[in-house]
Amino acid sequence: MEEVPAALLLLADARLPAGGHAHSGGLEPAVTARAVTGLDDLRGFLRGRLATAGLTAAALAAAACAHAGVRPHRWRELDAEADARMPSPAQRRASRAQGRSLSRAARAAWSHPGLDALAAELADPHHPLVLGAAAAAAGGTPRQAAAVSAYGAVTGPASAAVRLLGLDPLGVHAVLAGLAAEVDDVAREAAASVEDGAEDGAGWGVLPAPSAPLLDLLAEAHVHAGLRLFES
Amino acid sequence: MTRRYTARAAVTAERDARGRTRCTRLRSDGPLALRETAGAVYLVGAAAGPLGGDVLEIDVEVGPGARSAVRSAAAAVVLPGDGVSRLAVRARIGAGAHLDFAPEPTVAAAGCDHRSVTEIALAEGATLRLCEELVLGRHGERPGRLHSRLDVTVGRTPLLRHELRVGDRHDGPAVLGDARAVGNVLLVGPGLTREPHSEEGLAVLPLAHPSAVLVTAVAPDAALLRRRLARGESIAQVAASATGPAVAAASS
Repeated sequence: MEEVPAALLLLADARLPAGGHAHSGGLEPAVTARAVTGLDDLRGFLRGRLATAGLTAAALAAAACAHAGVRPHRWRELDAEADARMPSPAQRRASRAQGRSLSRAARAAWSHPGLDALAAELADPHHPLVLGAAAAAAGGTPRQAAAVSAYGAVTGPASAAVRLLGLDPLGVHAVLAGLAAEVDDVAREAAASVEDGAEDGAGWGVLPAPSAPLLDLLAEAHVHAGLRLFES
Repeated sequence: MTRRYTARAAVTAERDARGRTRCTRLRSDGPLALRETAGAVYLVGAAAGPLGGDVLEIDVEVGPGARSAVRSAAAAVVLPGDGVSRLAVRARIGAGAHLDFAPEPTVAAAGCDHRSVTEIALAEGATLRLCEELVLGRHGERPGRLHSRLDVTVGRTPLLRHELRVGDRHDGPAVLGDARAVGNVLLVGPGLTREPHSEEGLAVLPLAHPSAVLVTAVAPDAALLRRRLARGESIAQVAASATGPAVAAASS
């Protein structure tokens, strides 16, 4: 990535008003279950989430970015591929809620036929589809869309950890810095999975789909949790 | 001593003119021996493994309206050997047909390097019960590498794409935690619950497809995993009852 459009940085910025702060990516239920209590657990949690849900989402985002400039649009089919990779109803809901919020923010910021077609075709598309289309609108490549997606897969739960566990923000950022190379690896793998996959939908079926059994279990447990700070 | 098997076994079940299912093809090959019993076709391991280097394939075809069950006689212990071991299961299930595919657990031994792919193509109206149980290492050992991928489609629509990668960087509190056994039961058919349910080590997850539920469980051992999956399966199948546990949990 020799050149990074500033528009793409906006998309990766946690201050983007797209509702991301309402979701912990499964960290809150993991904290409630005492599976994450400090920085070491947090590192393990983020690493596992990145390699599973993070890779799945980054590959979908890369595919969406590649597809954003193609006609005719087949967003519904890519959305079905996202559905097939999210067995947990709670995770599907969270992904669609974040997709809807991001679509609103992205369409206020950029005008792009792919992004508009996505909003026209689906009322609440999955988040990685919107992220990929928004990355295309911001002038980014599929590889960059995957990078923004993979980065968000760890930074979201990391900021949630500061609030939930009262961890030292400097320590949490050191954990994130330590994971940067793995974020790059995941983004690279995600983008590579799309390269032969063509923009028009052929090859979407073989996109990565690594699952995280505990994230699936935690997501559903969280729905019934009494007191919660985050929606997911 | 090294050995490498390349083997391809096949089962075809068809419905005859009187409405009964007949096994019209049963092909055993190398370590994959198939035996027909009254209730099911059994995979009987004719050799240990799979071992590194083995490439094994099982094709299952269930013709329109037929009903087939596939089991195995014992757990498959995936062992290290000469390279990567591979197992591919491909099943086509015709309109109105049913496949119940439930082999004994796969045990990922220390040092193994295994890839498994399962591809199931359902025609419209076909139904399925698919069980996958994985034990992470024999007693007291850590497992080698194992990647498994399951792809289930109905017509051209994807129903579930689900990978599990064990032994790289994928453990930890988001993925498997302390679990030593992990498994799923995928049910496709009418009358399944639409209410998710969760309890310790178990979740019942209605998929986006309106007649499919994934039961997913983790456990410290294979026996408890089996019990949790069985409980999840019974919860998934009580949709018809308004007082079922899943419904009660959702309203509490």
